[in-house]
Amino acid sequence: MNLQANLYKKIGPFELNAGFELSSQRCGVFGPSGSGKSTLMHLVAGLLRPDRGRILLDGRPLFDSEQKIDLPARQRRIGVVFQHAHLFPHLNVRQNLFYGWQRTAAAERRIRPEALLEALNLTPLLGRGTATLSGGERQRVALGRTLLACPRLILMDEPLTGLDEELKYQIIPYLNRVFDEFRVPLLFISHSLREMRLMSDEVLVFEQGRVVQKLATEELARRQLGAGNRGYANLLTLHDPALRGDLWRYRWGEGELIATEPGAAGANLFELGAKDITLFKEGPGATSARNRIDCRVLALFGDGNRIGVELQAAGGRLISQIVPESARELGIEPGTQLTAVVKASALRRLY
Amino acid sequence: MSLLSPQDMQAIWLSVKVASAATLLSAPLGFLAAYLLVFARLPGRAVFEGVLNLPLVLPPVVVGYLLLLFFGRSGGLGQFLETFGLRLVFSLGGAVLASAVVGFPLLVRSVRIGMEGIDPHYLQAAETLGASAWDRLYSIVLPLSGRALLAGMTLMFARSLGEFGATIVLAGNIPGVTQTIPLAIYDYTNTPGGDRQALALCLVSIGLSLAVLLLSEAVNRSFQKRVRR
Repeated sequence: MNLQANLYKKIGPFELNAGFELSSQRCGVFGPSGSGKSTLMHLVAGLLRPDRGRILLDGRPLFDSEQKIDLPARQRRIGVVFQHAHLFPHLNVRQNLFYGWQRTAAAERRIRPEALLEALNLTPLLGRGTATLSGGERQRVALGRTLLACPRLILMDEPLTGLDEELKYQIIPYLNRVFDEFRVPLLFISHSLREMRLMSDEVLVFEQGRVVQKLATEELARRQLGAGNRGYANLLTLHDPALRGDLWRYRWGEGELIATEPGAAGANLFELGAKDITLFKEGPGATSARNRIDCRVLALFGDGNRIGVELQAAGGRLISQIVPESARELGIEPGTQLTAVVKASALRRLY
Repeated sequence: MSLLSPQDMQAIWLSVKVASAATLLSAPLGFLAAYLLVFARLPGRAVFEGVLNLPLVLPPVVVGYLLLLFFGRSGGLGQFLETFGLRLVFSLGGAVLASAVVGFPLLVRSVRIGMEGIDPHYLQAAETLGASAWDRLYSIVLPLSGRALLAGMTLMFARSLGEFGATIVLAGNIPGVTQTIPLAIYDYTNTPGGDRQALALCLVSIGLSLAVLLLSEAVNRSFQKRVRR
């Protein structure tokens, strides 16, 4: 996917003036509410007309004010999943799902409906009316409906915002599976850094209608380390929980980790705050923490009174947040061997 | 002797014909007009809306007279239609036209209120899914404003059954040709001893209107059930 845009749009006192080029398969647009993310989505989808500018998708112009090109939304083949699913209330789930499919030329139908229905677990819902669906089910149907129109790009506008935490993390695996399996490029819009990290690799940061940064999502997350008190969270994929006493042992790459929360067989995603990882130079001696991880320092980053230490352990990479004074005292530099200590309860399961 | 004379039966039958024709002919146009008012960004929308609503505030006799000017022998449109052998003045067609024009604003108003309740996001979603404007009109707007359209048509039908002023000016009061129930009642009230007949037609009028209301309510219910499935 390659999306190039140079857009200007004025709506009342708000001005959007953004130029960017995105080429990753999973892109994000990140920013506080009111920063112009949704406006950008409407402009790209063709639901709003820019005052001037240009939009190119894979080299093909969708809009060009100089050449007077303005493809209507229905011809852009850009799918949109709105924050509120906006399922058609007079149609049942099946009719909603196939609304776009029926309006897609046979030659463009790349996605097999059976495979998609299965991937999103929609088959049991087919005969239902939309009013009887839960929030999570609605979003899955909305996503299915959009995908079945076989778009060249999907825009998702805060699709998880209305859902409670638990539902949110039930849906994310579906999203990831579908986007992996059907290879549809994604532009994911959100104000939540955690959602952004789960759904995108590359991100545009929006502020007051302007793109202020374009960077890897991981890099964006690392920059949060020193800012505010949000800090950085490690996202760890842990496998195959096994009961060990009253705790759970998970496989983490080549290593293992102990957590208090049970998980599902197969892959589970856990969050571990960078400040919940304590570093020891020569082993901690006796400790109440259940996880001691031998690791090697790869790099230090950040400035101010909090810095990040990137560590290589058997299971994968970890980032620990410490103060510069500790780094000096322990003589931490790239190559230093350390023991990272993590409480079992510090690992929080997302899904 | 039966309560209703053959002439009364003719008037009832004519009334039903005129009201049905006026309603059915106006429904698609009224639906389109409401759609334009709600969803299209029309230049001069206020003027369009004003003209549409004019028959609602003008005395029906004035509407009838204006129609007579336009569609009469000397009116431009009348002459034009005459070349096709179509004569509206003092004909059934004139009665239908008078009813349609007078009832039209009621229909549009009702449909419009229904359409204004449709979340525009549905149309945006449909558009990104590849639906053209006509497709959206048919697949989203029509089903979602179906109840309002039905209500509007009921209102218009009932209004047409009672249409008097514009009809008598444009179509006249010709028994068997343009004499609908209200015109027949008017005739009876002007005839000594016609009270009984007038009252009988009044009862028919009440019965017809009530039947239409009940029918529309029943259809409305089944609609609701279908939508809330």
